Amino acid sequence: MTYAWDWLIFFKPSVTGEGLYGWMLVKGLGWTVLISLVSWLFALALGTVLGILRTVPDRWLAWPALLYVHCFRNTPLLVQLFLWFFVVPELLPLAWGNAIKQMAPTTGQFLTVVLCLSLYTAAKVAELMRAGIEALPPGQRAAGAAMGLSQIDVYRYVLLPQALRTIVPPLTSDFMNVFKNSAVALTIGLMELTGQSRQLSEFSAQSFEAFTAATLIYMVVTYGVVLVMRHVEKRARIPGMLGVAR
Amino acid sequence: MSFCRLTIAAMLLLGSSTAWAQSSPTLDKIKATGVVAIGTREASIPFNYLDDKNQQAGLSWEIALKVVDALRTRLNMPDLRINRVNVTPQTRIPVVANGTLDLECSSTTNNTERQRQVSFSNTFFVVGSRLLVRKDSGIRDWPDVAGKNVVVSAGTTAERILRKLSSDNNWQVNVILAKDIGENFLMVETGRAVAAMQDDVILYSNIARARNPALWQVVGAPQQREAYACMLRKNDAVFKAMVDGIIADLMRSGGYEALYTKYFLKEIAVKGGITVNLPLSDDMAALIRDPNDRPYQ
Repeated sequence: MTYAWDWLIFFKPSVTGEGLYGWMLVKGLGWTVLISLVSWLFALALGTVLGILRTVPDRWLAWPALLYVHCFRNTPLLVQLFLWFFVVPELLPLAWGNAIKQMAPTTGQFLTVVLCLSLYTAAKVAELMRAGIEALPPGQRAAGAAMGLSQIDVYRYVLLPQALRTIVPPLTSDFMNVFKNSAVALTIGLMELTGQSRQLSEFSAQSFEAFTAATLIYMVVTYGVVLVMRHVEKRARIPGMLGVAR
Repeated sequence: MSFCRLTIAAMLLLGSSTAWAQSSPTLDKIKATGVVAIGTREASIPFNYLDDKNQQAGLSWEIALKVVDALRTRLNMPDLRINRVNVTPQTRIPVVANGTLDLECSSTTNNTERQRQVSFSNTFFVVGSRLLVRKDSGIRDWPDVAGKNVVVSAGTTAERILRKLSSDNNWQVNVILAKDIGENFLMVETGRAVAAMQDDVILYSNIARARNPALWQVVGAPQQREAYACMLRKNDAVFKAMVDGIIADLMRSGGYEALYTKYFLKEIAVKGGITVNLPLSDDMAALIRDPNDRPYQ
């Protein structure tokens, strides 16, 4: 191997005149964190509702939720992003489509990625939510009904307080996945962390340093997620139900 | 007379033996393994691409094949096998630097940053960045893109130049980044950008592949030129001299013009037959008269 290592590349000015190479990574990290957190909040809200709908006895509510989960969970994220970015504006009325396309590029890209990632992740959250509810003994639902609680109250007072707690550990993985999945943004031109490390590697020809740095940054960020979720898990667990949180 | 001939013969022998005495990591590796690893591209038209019959083709690919022929003769290995490794713009430099590839001839620009990792042969093509626009867009030259959306491929020289042009002239161009050549064109085709800035030759091949080529044109004086060259391992003067020689001979013998005509002026077997239709530029004519390995950046 004849590779010329240069770990100081991050402190050298970029050939594009946009500041230091390291600054490019910092800007990329900013986009990654912003996209991921916003998408995660939307996904959590939408996913919870969809997950609940999947477990309700009313078929007219459960079926659309099932269809949603099938569509968004069973197709590749990249394909979905391309559909949202390139195909959807063509299907809208001409004026709307043009308005979307002439939006400031970064805003348009950001909104598209957040929309895409939120809807995709919501499908996964919905499945966890359903699993959490279905994991409870069926007798609980019956017992709630026998006590005269309405369908909504059964969910509100009996099922959800337990299910939401049970699914905290598996939710951690999906929270981390949002950060990793946010890298698809580069395919429509939003230069988040992976995109910026590619830029760094193209402009400076120091590809190994660029991607090593990106790997380490992703590890630090996702470890941060682990720490936060561990805290949530500890606070939310029901004593004696899930074993000891570490 | 015979003395003279003997001296020349001796000098030639000496010459070739000194060349042999110098070690060449690439030639040693090829000799030891019986395989030469060459980079291929899927759609770098018309330099290195898969045609309609799924055969590798292109101007740069043919140059690489000529190098393989020369290797077979030089190393006396008629059975030398080619190992084709498909690369992308992101992977091509690391795989040459880490020794996976022995030679990469496609559409790679020779510049000083890249020379820290790899070495470049003689230039085989000169390009300049221009603008691709819809004919009815009203854009005739560079200043017309002020305040508009312009797409460039991320990480290319075109991106650097566009950012610089825009800030130097206060044009406030919205730079849209595309991840590859295909997406670059899609951005103007779907109206997200009014113009695509890229190496002129890629613009011409994009037009040739468009659904309706008559809608599109290339405008603006070529900006900063770039030299396409073959990439090889660093610090291998022997192999570099060999590839340099093959390219220089091709240009001097007229073989290069034949290749140029085949790929740039005649129909090639892509999408049922397209013609790039790019006349030989003055820069190219100058290069053919004086083959060299000088980068522009």
